[in-house]
Amino acid sequence: MLNLLSIITFTPAIAAAILAIFLRGEDEASQSNAKWVALVATLATFAASLILLVGFDPQDTGFQFVEEHDWIMGFTYKMGVDGISILFVMLTTFLMPITIGACWNVSHRVKEYMIAFLLLETLMIGVFTALDLVLFYLFFEAGLIPMFLIIGIWGGKERIYAAFKFFLYTFLGSVLMLVAMIAMYVDAGTTDIPTLLQHQFSTETFSLMGWQVIGGMQTLLWLAFFASFAVKMPMWPVHTWLPDAHVQAPTAGSVVLAAVLLKMGGYGFLRFSLPMFPVASDIFAPLVLWLSAIAIVYTSLVALMQTDMKKLIAYSSVAHMGFVTMGIFAANQQGVDGAIFQMISHGFISGALFLAVGVIYDRMHTREIAAYGGLINRMPVYAAVFLLFTMANVGLPGTSGFVGEFLTFMAVFQVNTWVALFAATGVILSAGYALWLFRRVVMGELIKESLKGIKDMDRREKALIIPLVAMTLILGIYPAFITDIIGPSVSALVEGHSLALQAYDAASQLAQN
Amino acid sequence: MIGTDLYTALPELVLALFAMAALMVGVYGGKDKLAEPILWATAALMVLLALYSGAQGLDVKTAFNGMYISDPFAQFSKMIVLLSAAVVLVMGQSYMLARGLLRFEYPILIALSVVGMMLMVSAGDLIALYMGLELQSLALYVVATMNRDSARSTEAGLKYFILGSLASGLLLYGASLTYGYAGTTLFAGIISTISTDGMSIGLLMGMAFMLAGLAFKVSAVPFHMWTPDVYEGAPTPVTAFFATAPKVAAMALVARVMHEAFGVVPGDWSQIIAFLAVASMFVGSIAAIGQRDIKRLMAYSSITHMGFALVGLAAGTVQGVQGMLVYMAIYVTMNIGVFAFILTMSRDGRPVTDIDSLRQYSKAEPLRALALLVLMFSLAGVPPLVGFFGKFYVLWAAVQAGMTWLAVAGVVASVIGAFYYLRIVYFMYFGETTEPLDTVRAPVQASLLVVSAALMVLGVINLFGVEGMAALAAEALVK
Repeated sequence: MLNLLSIITFTPAIAAAILAIFLRGEDEASQSNAKWVALVATLATFAASLILLVGFDPQDTGFQFVEEHDWIMGFTYKMGVDGISILFVMLTTFLMPITIGACWNVSHRVKEYMIAFLLLETLMIGVFTALDLVLFYLFFEAGLIPMFLIIGIWGGKERIYAAFKFFLYTFLGSVLMLVAMIAMYVDAGTTDIPTLLQHQFSTETFSLMGWQVIGGMQTLLWLAFFASFAVKMPMWPVHTWLPDAHVQAPTAGSVVLAAVLLKMGGYGFLRFSLPMFPVASDIFAPLVLWLSAIAIVYTSLVALMQTDMKKLIAYSSVAHMGFVTMGIFAANQQGVDGAIFQMISHGFISGALFLAVGVIYDRMHTREIAAYGGLINRMPVYAAVFLLFTMANVGLPGTSGFVGEFLTFMAVFQVNTWVALFAATGVILSAGYALWLFRRVVMGELIKESLKGIKDMDRREKALIIPLVAMTLILGIYPAFITDIIGPSVSALVEGHSLALQAYDAASQLAQN
Repeated sequence: MIGTDLYTALPELVLALFAMAALMVGVYGGKDKLAEPILWATAALMVLLALYSGAQGLDVKTAFNGMYISDPFAQFSKMIVLLSAAVVLVMGQSYMLARGLLRFEYPILIALSVVGMMLMVSAGDLIALYMGLELQSLALYVVATMNRDSARSTEAGLKYFILGSLASGLLLYGASLTYGYAGTTLFAGIISTISTDGMSIGLLMGMAFMLAGLAFKVSAVPFHMWTPDVYEGAPTPVTAFFATAPKVAAMALVARVMHEAFGVVPGDWSQIIAFLAVASMFVGSIAAIGQRDIKRLMAYSSITHMGFALVGLAAGTVQGVQGMLVYMAIYVTMNIGVFAFILTMSRDGRPVTDIDSLRQYSKAEPLRALALLVLMFSLAGVPPLVGFFGKFYVLWAAVQAGMTWLAVAGVVASVIGAFYYLRIVYFMYFGETTEPLDTVRAPVQASLLVVSAALMVLGVINLFGVEGMAALAAEALVK
């Protein structure tokens, strides 16, 4: 199968086109048709991606399933996956059917809703499979359009403010990356990512408006990419769009946002910043490590004081993404392994947590923590699921949340003990906010009048959450499932990074002598 | 000799003769009853001439001792000018008819201004440049006041006329200075003077004055003040015309003069153009935020877009000119779509231009709303829509010419600009319902809207080959 990746990427888009062209009317039947078409399309995409996973050879650290066609301006339409990107593709295709299932109760503009999600899936997969800078940027940025509409049309009360903030914040972040990409194109003469990975961007110090730029062009390029990915991750202090977007987005939108869209930043760091600008990455590593540590502690503290469940989980997402950036910029095998692991596992856990909030929101139409309490009395299954994911969020051994945090700690301990120590306090805080949330929502006596008639999860909701439960436990018990796939590619990446640094050190020593 | 000269300038001659003949027919034939057939004939002729221009080879021909140049650059610009003028004529026909504005002079004046534009892009001499520019402008001053019973429209025309004359004066002053110091009005002569004797201060002044006059025509900041008022006051089809063909012609003229007459000293003019570009991008983006009238908003939007096109020219390279041409082609396509939509906006049979009236438009007209959404995102330069590639081209040219700061300024301005395009999307999709717009059956406008939106989406595949043509055109201009 020569164009398997294109098939995976564009199946949802084709389904969206079919919905847009052939489906008419707003009645019950056409609504359910739209949902079924979307579900079947996402399931088909997942099935196709399983073929990809089976055919993938982890030992080969190069790009596989590569396809290439000429495009405009000397760009190429080039797709491919390696050990770093394949699991993100899988994560996306795995979560999308669940996301579609999560919006089964929507009754307002159902067709458009499904089209938006299907297009979003195409764009998300495209980000992880694109092997051309401009193609990558295309997918990366285009995802803003459907997400803007999802938040703006189907969101909560403050949706308009949240939609605009989301769009403009992330747009500003990524346009600087666009200029950097153009500069890379001018410097290297190509936008082909595998070629650029081999290209050495100049590290010669030069002065810019009286400032000595150490690390030269690499530093500026790194900063431009950082502006984009840090906003997307999001890292403290540019995370403020995320809580707003999460709170206002509909449940399915939150799931996609937390589970997949946030991973684009981490993927970007791994694909561009670390291998293409090794010297600059090394220069800025302490900064990123400290920002990550601050993010972990600060956002955990903020999460403690939230009264809105979604906002609490949103802040906890920022904290967990802090582990990811910490692992990536520790730049050793455990760190990068741990960062990828953490991203995948956070995809399942945060997705599940937002689904869990969605379950009670659908019943009570409020996300205020104070409106709940004692749910365990009437919703035992829900309580069990919520407990599992709370524990996974805290990083209990046996769940996937533990592995990622443990690996990143191990990595950063070797690089910077103070950061490790500081960040470790964040883990304690995370146990605090997560368990306290659980205590306030689920435990205790059911005394609130409004909750007396609440029903436990129905079959649809159970069907959505079971795959996530399974993945969280499987990855927690047998992490090699992931590390075997990413391992060789990650070690190639880390090796390349340290070789580049050695070469740079040798060259600068030579220059001094 | 005269025979070959005339043959080289055939498209202009044909259109000019047609306009004069149509004037006679109109005057003696039955006045406004004939307006419709004349309009259709004009549009058809323009399409034919566009095809004729497109079919010309790659060779460069000059006529009238170098005063008229026919090269791929001119052909490319003429194609855009002619096609957009034809489309705008057809698009506005029903609007003008319904409001009693379809006089037989309207298509004739448009044809005459197009003749002027064609001369502008083919000019090889300061006199030819000025003649073309004035022919274009005079015709445009009149069409701006087409709705002569409306105070708004006449005010727009008068304002445009006075400010336009001032700009023409500046340009003429610059041209005479240039002539005085170069001793010739031919571009080829000016450039050879500069290469032998260098750039004298007088030539520099002349060039700066000429650029100021031309900046007025492309409505670049700080010579933009007329744009919002004229856009708002003129009848919508006329506004649509202002936003498309004249901009292309003026932009092409800037490229022509700078490269053909001052091409050996790009450093001198690229600074000025870079300033115009940055000022236009920022002023256009920021000022548009406060606008509530969609025509004024599009005026500021066009100022911003001219800023981006000027970024390409500021680079002073082949890529820059190519980027500018691609940008203009994309810009014109998007604007035709948006103005086709504005033409259909009405309530109780009267045209409305308030963006507030678009609230929940997506409920009433899902297809048109979707098409407008695509155009808005494309205007904002969000990938994967074609508007993004226009921006990419000019930014790429700027970075390649070592003007990375200009590219950074451009992308920052584009984020500011994104806000007001998004607000239109917000009104259509998220807004609270108010009094709805009329549901107008407007097959021509609706299909133009949808087609231009479809082009913005499908163009991502290969930009329909515009890129290659623009490259040939740019290579012909920049030696």
